[in-house]
Amino acid sequence: MPEPTAPLLSVKHLKVAYPVRSSILLRRIGENVAVSDVHFDINPGETVGLVGESGSGKSTVARTVIGLIRPDGGSIEFEGRDIAGSTPRQLRNVRRDMQMIFQDPYASLNPRLTVRDLIAEGWLVHRGVVPRNRWTAEVQELMERVGLNPDYASRYPHQFSGGQRQRISIARALALRPKLIICDEAVSALDVSVQAQVLNLLDDLQRDVGLAYLFISHDLSVIEHLCDRVLVLNKGVVVEQGSARELFEHPKDEYTKALFRAVPVVRPWLDSGS
Amino acid sequence: MVKQTAPAASASAAGPLLSVENLKVEFSTSAGVIRALDGVSFEVSAGETLAILGESGSGKSVTAQTIMALLPKPAGSIAGGSIVYKGRDLAAEPIKQVRELCSTEIAMIFQDPLSSLNPVFQIGYQVAEPFRRRLGMGKKEAWGKALELLKRVGIPNAESRIRDFPHQFSGGQRQRIMIAMAIALDPKLLIADEPTTALDVTVQKQIMRLLADLQAETGMAMILISHDLGVVADVAERAAIMYAGRIVETGTIREVYDHPAHPYTKGLLESIPSAVPIGERLTPIVGSPPNLLALPSGCSFNPRCPFATAQCRNVVPPLRQPAGWQPGHAAACHRSEEVLAHA
Repeated sequence: MPEPTAPLLSVKHLKVAYPVRSSILLRRIGENVAVSDVHFDINPGETVGLVGESGSGKSTVARTVIGLIRPDGGSIEFEGRDIAGSTPRQLRNVRRDMQMIFQDPYASLNPRLTVRDLIAEGWLVHRGVVPRNRWTAEVQELMERVGLNPDYASRYPHQFSGGQRQRISIARALALRPKLIICDEAVSALDVSVQAQVLNLLDDLQRDVGLAYLFISHDLSVIEHLCDRVLVLNKGVVVEQGSARELFEHPKDEYTKALFRAVPVVRPWLDSGS
Repeated sequence: MVKQTAPAASASAAGPLLSVENLKVEFSTSAGVIRALDGVSFEVSAGETLAILGESGSGKSVTAQTIMALLPKPAGSIAGGSIVYKGRDLAAEPIKQVRELCSTEIAMIFQDPLSSLNPVFQIGYQVAEPFRRRLGMGKKEAWGKALELLKRVGIPNAESRIRDFPHQFSGGQRQRIMIAMAIALDPKLLIADEPTTALDVTVQKQIMRLLADLQAETGMAMILISHDLGVVADVAERAAIMYAGRIVETGTIREVYDHPAHPYTKGLLESIPSAVPIGERLTPIVGSPPNLLALPSGCSFNPRCPFATAQCRNVVPPLRQPAGWQPGHAAACHRSEEVLAHA
């Protein structure tokens, strides 16, 4: 893909700290730095992977980018607009362009809403994306797009399998026609065969709509397969970043190497040499 | 229904420790009766590790729950078959007796160690509990034993950490604590249900190593339940692949992975991102796992299977071992020969 002139998302010197509060008066007595000095850009149509162990700050970066957490320093620019300094009202428009898919499809969908309502929910907030008389048709199209039977539009999340629920989450994210989707362990809870379907779906959507992804996963084989560029986080600091190919073939940082070594090999008898 | 007749090469002369035969388990739900296990047969011998692999809903966890008499009541019930442990048929015994046995000889660890540990008790208390309850030890002696166990499973500074509470430990350490509790009474069989699914890769590797080391030390049999084909490959000798409540393929893990004879196994292996060159499309299995309330006729996998024929849609394939296969390798597929040739 040719390098476009401006990145879609540009994160600079990002710092996020969680306050440590005293037990009674909840005074701020210190802070736990979750992420410090993280830089990266995401270009339109590009997939950037974030890897690291739990506690490394992957999810914090994702949540900060989408505005769920306020950064304590640095800037996050989406199409040139600074998110970190925006008011909630200003953020609303940015959020339409930036959607998130969470890990647990059992927890991230409101159990009281039907699939139709779940998918259409964003249209209630962001008026004008889809005219109301088109909602039913659009929900059907989206369901087909993500591989769900449109006849199930009036069902509830509990009536679907995990893979299907994740497809609902994807349909929901797509409903607002975003430019960037943040996938926080979006396929980690899925079975292998279904995981591959969802990854292919994400791949197709990228090709068709030109979506960019910020893809967070602890599963390095997924990252290697999907991402153009990868950032390796350890304890809130980016220890290494680069093109996926370069990074996986020639990891430089010790932490990255250790992480790669621990990846389970399906047929360990084949490469006893490494 | 053909029983799995091929014992593993490593099965000891004394016979298997646990032998599950033609096990059927049903759940009654408001929508109808679900057959969660439909004729599952396998055996495990002392010192051996069997991996039970499958996707969610395939029945792998139900298998463990059934052995441990942990089926949710009244919905779940054993509808047939036997679970023979050291000559006793656990399927026919009252739950109370099975639980008694499970508290000492058969142990289980679960996926989520945080929800299996009691948050308001020090871990020393919890690890010491089996000694106090089952062996009637005094507090001091039991805590001493607990400390030994915590050291054995690799908890650093066990002497001081024994008084800590579960939330003060990391996920990997919690799983170590669960393992300590599971091996407390020297079980003969350890069932690990997705023991590393919630853990980081580096920790995952350590936990699998720990389980393998403990097994080598104690000679216990292990059943590793997982959805991850990679995680178990290092530790297990044999694998049983489950789909829709049946074992569809079984054999040595190497044989099953290198020469999958069931299209489902083949599909699973091909679905793994590392199975295709970078940048190429993944090759998932089409469709989704079947609804157990409305299983397809014939082979349950037929709607997703690229090899399916009319026979597959009508006749349930038994687990069979054609001539020339490695001992113990069997698949429940009418067209295994073609599947093998296709590879």
